[in-house]
Amino acid sequence: MTSVGPTTGPSTAVPETTASEIAVRKAPDRFGGRLFSANLRQNGIYIAFALIIALFSVLTGGDLLAPQNISNLVVQNSYILILAIGMILIIIAGHIDLSAGSVLAVTGAISAELMVNNDVPWPLAILITLICGGLIGAWQGYWVAYFGIPAFIVTLAGMLVFRALTLAVLGNQGIGPFPDEVRTIANGFMPTYLGNIGLGPLDGADLFTLLLGLVFVAGIVVTQWRSRAGRMRYGQSVEPTALFVTKLAIAAVVVMTVVVQLARFKNLPWVLVLLAALVLAYSLLTDRVVFGRHIYAIGGNLNAATLSGIKVKSVTFWLFVNMGVLGAIAGIVFAGRLNQAGPTAGTGFELDAIAAAFIGGAAVQGGVGRVVGAITGGLIMGVINNGMSLIGAPTEQVMLFKGLVLLAAVAFDVFAKRRAGTAR
Amino acid sequence: MTDVILQMRHITKTFPGVTALNDVNLTVRRGEIHAICGENGAGKSTLMKVLSGVHPHGDYTGDITLDGQPCRFGNIRDSERLGVVIIHQELALCPNLSIAENIFLGNERAPRGVVNWNRTNADAAELMQRVGLHENPTTPAMDLGVGKQQLVEIAKALSKRVRLLILDEPTAALNDEDSAHLLDLLRGLRDQGITCVIISHKLNEIRAVADSTTILRDGRTIETLDMAADVTEDRIIAGMVGRDLEHRFPEHEPRIGEEVLRIEDWTVHSPTQHGRVVVAGANLSLRRGEIVGLAGLMGAGRTELAMSVFGRSYGIGISGRIFKDGREIRLKTVGDAIRHGLAYATEDRKRYGLNLIEDIKRNVSAAGLNKLATRGWIHDNEEYRVADGFRLGMNIKAPNVSAVTGKLSGGNQQKVVLSKWLFTDADVLILDEPTRGIDVGAKYEIYSIINHMADQGKAVLVISSELPELLGVCDRIYAMSAGRITGQVTREQATPERLMQFMTKVKEQ
Repeated sequence: MTSVGPTTGPSTAVPETTASEIAVRKAPDRFGGRLFSANLRQNGIYIAFALIIALFSVLTGGDLLAPQNISNLVVQNSYILILAIGMILIIIAGHIDLSAGSVLAVTGAISAELMVNNDVPWPLAILITLICGGLIGAWQGYWVAYFGIPAFIVTLAGMLVFRALTLAVLGNQGIGPFPDEVRTIANGFMPTYLGNIGLGPLDGADLFTLLLGLVFVAGIVVTQWRSRAGRMRYGQSVEPTALFVTKLAIAAVVVMTVVVQLARFKNLPWVLVLLAALVLAYSLLTDRVVFGRHIYAIGGNLNAATLSGIKVKSVTFWLFVNMGVLGAIAGIVFAGRLNQAGPTAGTGFELDAIAAAFIGGAAVQGGVGRVVGAITGGLIMGVINNGMSLIGAPTEQVMLFKGLVLLAAVAFDVFAKRRAGTAR
Repeated sequence: MTDVILQMRHITKTFPGVTALNDVNLTVRRGEIHAICGENGAGKSTLMKVLSGVHPHGDYTGDITLDGQPCRFGNIRDSERLGVVIIHQELALCPNLSIAENIFLGNERAPRGVVNWNRTNADAAELMQRVGLHENPTTPAMDLGVGKQQLVEIAKALSKRVRLLILDEPTAALNDEDSAHLLDLLRGLRDQGITCVIISHKLNEIRAVADSTTILRDGRTIETLDMAADVTEDRIIAGMVGRDLEHRFPEHEPRIGEEVLRIEDWTVHSPTQHGRVVVAGANLSLRRGEIVGLAGLMGAGRTELAMSVFGRSYGIGISGRIFKDGREIRLKTVGDAIRHGLAYATEDRKRYGLNLIEDIKRNVSAAGLNKLATRGWIHDNEEYRVADGFRLGMNIKAPNVSAVTGKLSGGNQQKVVLSKWLFTDADVLILDEPTRGIDVGAKYEIYSIINHMADQGKAVLVISSELPELLGVCDRIYAMSAGRITGQVTREQATPERLMQFMTKVKEQ
């Protein structure tokens, strides 16, 4: 502290002259323990996910990870996960969306009205539905961002209004069936392109799917490696090679396990491809794009963000528009999967999406959270639902367990923060 | 040695990776005002948290003796029961509750669990009388200014039959008048036999009020000075920084260029109080390489002037003209202001300046992110490099730029804020209370940074409530009073008395 003296003013405030002098440094040893606990906190959710999978694998005698069940898991939870992506962004910005379930219902109803009752070609109908979702988001975003009503209230109102619109559009009855193409997106699988392979444990697996999986894993490895190399080139401290390689290896094994199982069943569900694309796109948005950074800045300190020239209102508005569009995607997927748009569709889905975000490490005050975390949170709940239904547990037990997991996840986060001393 | 009320011996407290207190000793005599000084991070607040039970017994090593009895506080309630009350720097009043409710919060006048409101308000009125707070006990706390809220806190402490009152930077947010009142009050309490321990950065106040002063440095006790002897501010500073500090302000030879910003007839109305004029017809100009001060008492409209200029981030009904490099510009949003090379570093870092849960690098880049991005894509390695350059150049004490800003000391947080604005390439920097809550050593560094900015040809407007600071760093000083610019003086003409005359000048009709 006292090294600061009258004669040692800052040598310069210009970064260019000093940055070149930075040598490659490793994190000092005494930060080793901190590095570990920081890793635990960041990765606690993934460890919990692994434990829950292990638990239900044992309880179900391995049925949980059976090819068909993995496929079901993805398809059954896809719409919640899509909503969770939008929800985590809104929660990072310090808001909430209670209307997601109703928006899913009304957009599903609109798409059904267009495709089923009016014979609009399905691509056009989907486009119109997405635009409707965007308009719904714009409506809510206007009240939140420009009128200054708390999102809790605006979306609570929206929850009622859009449910009412759903009933009005549907005339209080389900509309279906949907065109085959839409059903395929929601419920179908990629076709076989290259045939099956017939060796050993991979017997009957689809070759193209396996190759796709390998390409995906290779992509992860290459981008992560390049990112790490780039950081080292800039003299930043990076995690130890052993830890880095271990993480990549685990990721590769997990991805390939899922891919192999899916390849042995009916190939990749189209909705998984859609989901993967969305996760990738939104992860990049939050990590690497100015707009994404502004979301964190707004949630972290609204006043500071405003005084840093960030267009807070505009960012908030577009976040809700985005949520509306994602709600519409989820609406189409859900309706397509059930092959009908129903008046009670999506009831309570907003709560599942919110729970996914918080289990995945979002903070109630905003400013914290990751897309991958929300997806993991959603999958944790999906696995609990699925696993408990496989072992024939009654609904009340499922709800009880899910509730406790949500509480435990947030309690752990609060505990970890207190330990780290940030909550002082 | 006279009657000793408190003795802390060999107190050592460690946090993971840091030794905050290392064998600290503190002896406080009964009925004295005992000041504790030290740079930020010297361990003052930690020591007081140990004393008040925030860090419970067992978390630290060493002994605490109160009135000769060894004490082992497990929490704040334990210490309060023995009459040790701490008032934290950030006041902890419930804004919607009345003064009386706040005073008796957790200690309600409620026989058998039912609140007796007559007694609550009557008792509160009596306590308020003692601290010189002339308000209705039923007034909500949010309607009071910071100075009066501070008095409510003290009344609250008195209601707990306080014997040892600890105040953590009580005057940090107060104006001179409120500070003076508070110091008088402390003297009064001393005469009533209440011992006070006061943590303060304001050395003139310590000199005015303290009977003895203990200096901490780097978690160690350096010395305890008896203030009855004539202890100078420089003497205290020498103890705090561990060396003689001949000059509190770095030498600076200004190289002043042409005018860069001119504000004409600037008028701002209050957004909350209808019709109230906060800034009235202000004229002001800044030149390249010039450090200009803006003096004024609380409520003079300095911050309001600065923020309304900075993209209308404060106020309604704004009128007036702004000229940048001789051309009139319109700044409707903060974004406009930043694009035209203005920067405003707020007086309240934690609430308005920093995202405390984010790391240094993301705070540094927050206002200039577009410089680090092509078509919306952020070059994160470049961001790291820029931030690390500022960390080294500004001497921000953190292991790397991934450190969370909420954990930095005030001085280092301020350096992050300044880095953020330097990165936007602003050529007009408005620094609002740039050294508030910052220790002496870091203040010197901030002054050096300000000088460096001026040397780069930037114009700097320093808003400060500390006159010595303005006199020490500024080439020219404007004074404001009740929304008007009441005068300006050059460095040569400036004296505290002269400035104070302008600052207290009432509007002439």
